[in-house]
Amino acid sequence: MPKRVLKEFKVEYLQILDENGNCDEALMPKLSNDEIRKIYEMLVLIRVFDQKAFNMQRQGRLGTYIQFKGQEACQVGSAFALDDDDFIFPMYRNSGLLIARKQPIVQVLQYWNGDERGSVSPKNVNNFPISIPVGTQTVHAAGAAFAAKLRNTKQVSVVYFGDGATSKGDFHEAMNFAGVFNAPAVFICENNQYAISVPRSKQTHSDTIAQKAIAYGIEGIQIDGMDIFAVIKAVKDAVDKGRSGKGPTLIECYTYRLADHSTSDDASRYRPKEEIELWAKKDPIDRLEKFMQNKKLLDDAYKQKVLVQSQEIIEKAVTEFEKIQPPDPKDIFKYVFAEMTQQQKEEMEELFGK
Amino acid sequence: MVVTNIVQAVTMGLRQELARDKNVVVMGEDVGLNGGVFRATDGLQKEFGADRVVDTPLAELSIVGCAIGMAVNGLRPVAEIQFSGFMYSTFDQLLSHAGRIRMRSRGRFTCPIVVRTPYGGGIRALELHCESGEAIFAHTPGLKMVVPSNPYDTKGLLAAAIRDPDPVIFYEPMRIYRAIKQDIPEKDYIVPLGKANVIQEGDDLTLISWGAMVKTCQEAVEKLNNKYSVELVDLRTINPYDAEAIADSVKKTGRCVIVHEAIRTGGFAAELIASINEKVLLSLEAPVIRITAPDVPFPLAKLENYFLPDATRILKGIERVMSY
Repeated sequence: MPKRVLKEFKVEYLQILDENGNCDEALMPKLSNDEIRKIYEMLVLIRVFDQKAFNMQRQGRLGTYIQFKGQEACQVGSAFALDDDDFIFPMYRNSGLLIARKQPIVQVLQYWNGDERGSVSPKNVNNFPISIPVGTQTVHAAGAAFAAKLRNTKQVSVVYFGDGATSKGDFHEAMNFAGVFNAPAVFICENNQYAISVPRSKQTHSDTIAQKAIAYGIEGIQIDGMDIFAVIKAVKDAVDKGRSGKGPTLIECYTYRLADHSTSDDASRYRPKEEIELWAKKDPIDRLEKFMQNKKLLDDAYKQKVLVQSQEIIEKAVTEFEKIQPPDPKDIFKYVFAEMTQQQKEEMEELFGK
Repeated sequence: MVVTNIVQAVTMGLRQELARDKNVVVMGEDVGLNGGVFRATDGLQKEFGADRVVDTPLAELSIVGCAIGMAVNGLRPVAEIQFSGFMYSTFDQLLSHAGRIRMRSRGRFTCPIVVRTPYGGGIRALELHCESGEAIFAHTPGLKMVVPSNPYDTKGLLAAAIRDPDPVIFYEPMRIYRAIKQDIPEKDYIVPLGKANVIQEGDDLTLISWGAMVKTCQEAVEKLNNKYSVELVDLRTINPYDAEAIADSVKKTGRCVIVHEAIRTGGFAAELIASINEKVLLSLEAPVIRITAPDVPFPLAKLENYFLPDATRILKGIERVMSY
C-alpha cells in the first residue's frame, strides 16, 4: 500500500510595512490619521521610558530593569488591538506593553524598584502582574480565556512570552488546552532571537515558532514584529476571531532585542556587533516615521515635539515616583490571604510589635 | 441524614456547591463522563452539564495552571488531580503563582481554587500513588492545606474550601474512602478551615493526627482499653493549623504523641512540636513523640506495611511517653 498524504500544512508570514516605509495598502488595517499619530506617540514614549529606566538603573535609582528596545511594535500594536477588560498576561520584557495598556508609568517604575504596588492593575483594566518565571503564564491565559467563554463575557486573553518559553511544556500544554476548548486566547511570541545568550536555533529544531500551533489544531502565523501595522492586523484578526467563538491563535512576532537581556547582562559576549546593526536598520519607529513622512503625517517639528513631550511625561513620572513613600511593612502580611492566619498575626507582632 | 462514605461525601459536597454557586466548575482527568476514577464526581456532569464538570486533557500542570487563570477571571474551579503523586508537575504553578496572586496584585486579582487529590498508602497501589505530601504544601506561603478524616468533615471542609477566597489543597484519604460510613446531613453546612476537632476527650495524653491515620489512632486507643485516658485530636486543617486547640489540650494532659503517614524529617509533626514548645513547654511531663513513616521513598506494595504507622507502633509510642 503506498503511503498517502493525510494532511498538508502551510505557515504564513505577514509584513505590511517594510523597513523602507513601503506599505501594502491592501493589507493595511483601517486606521485614521489620528490613530496613526497616537500609535507613533506611544512608540516614542515607551522608547524614551526604556532608555530612562536603563539610565536610572545605572545611576542606582532603580533596581534590575529589563529593556525591550526593538520590540516596541509588538507591545504597542497588540495593546492597540485590545479592549481594557481583555486580559493580558505579560512577561518581564513587557514594560512598554503595560504603559500602552494604561498602567501608570509611576507604577511601572515602582515595580522595577521593588515595590509591589506597581503591579496593581488600574480599575477596569485587566493587566495581570508580569511573570518572572519563563512561560508559566501561558496556562493562565488559556484558563482565563476558557472562563470568558464559560461566562460568555466576550473577553479575550492575551499572553506574551519569548522564543525561549516555547521550549517549555507550559507553553505546549496551554496551546493544547486552549485548542481543545476553543478558548479565546491569543498567544503572542515576541521572538527576539535570543533567550539571554542562547540563539533561537538552539531552542527548537523547527523552522518557525508559528508552526507549533499546527500540532494543536490552532492557527499560527509569523509576522514581522517590527512592523506595527502587521502586529495590529494580526492581533486584531486573532482577537476578533476569539471573540466570535472561533478559538485561539499563535502569533510569532519576528523581532530583535536591540538591548542587553537585562541590566545585569552584556550581550556583546554572544552577539556580533554587525548583527545588531543589521537589525537596527529594521527599527519599528524609524520605518513608521518614513511611512508617516510619505503620508505627510510627520515633519521634523512634529517629530521633535513628540520627543520633547515624551521626555516631559517621563520626567514628570520619575519626579512623582521618587517622592513615593515606601510601602507599609505590614503589607507583607496583609495580602497573603483574605484574612490573616493566627500564625501570621503572631509573626507580625514578633516583627513589628503590637 | 444519609448514610455516606468519604467518596460519597465528596460527591455531595461538590453537588451542593455546584448548585449553590454557578461559578463553581469541577475539572480534571476523567471527572466528567466517567465520574472520576474513584467515582468522586459520579453523575455530576449529567446533572450540571459539560461546562460545569469538565473533562480536561491529561496534563496536571495545565489543569492547575488553567484553573488559576479561570479563578483570576471570576470562576471557582475545583480541580482534581487523580493521585497526589501526580501533583509535582503542578507545584511550580501553585508556588510561583497560586499562592502569590493576591499578594502580587494587592488583592486586585485572587485565586480561589481548590485542588482535590487522593493521597496516602495502604491500598497496594502502584508507585507514586501513595505519597503524603501535606508538609510540602503547608510549607508554601499562600496555600491552605486540608485533610479530612471522616464523611461529615469531608463534605463540610470541602464546601468551606470551595467558598474560601484563597487557594486550598484538599487531600482526600484514599485508604479510607469507603472504610467509614456516617450519617451526614443532606442540607448545606460547612466545617470551618483552621479548626481542629477533639474527637475524644481525655486527661493523660494528647494524640494528634489527621486524615487516614485518625482511624489508625482510633484503633490504637481501642486496644488501650482505657488503660490511659487519651484525648484524640484530629487536626483537619494542616495550614493554617489550630495551634490554640493543640496548646489547650497539651496543657491539660502534659503528654503528646503525633502520628502522620508522611516521612519524618521535615514532616508536619515537627512544626506542631515546635508550636507546643513555644506555647506550653512547661506543661510537658515528657518529650513529644512522633510516630511517622521512615525517611525513605514509599515502598512498593509488598513492603508498604512496614512503612505505614499502625496501631502497634502508636501504642508503643504512647507507652514510651507515659513511662516518663
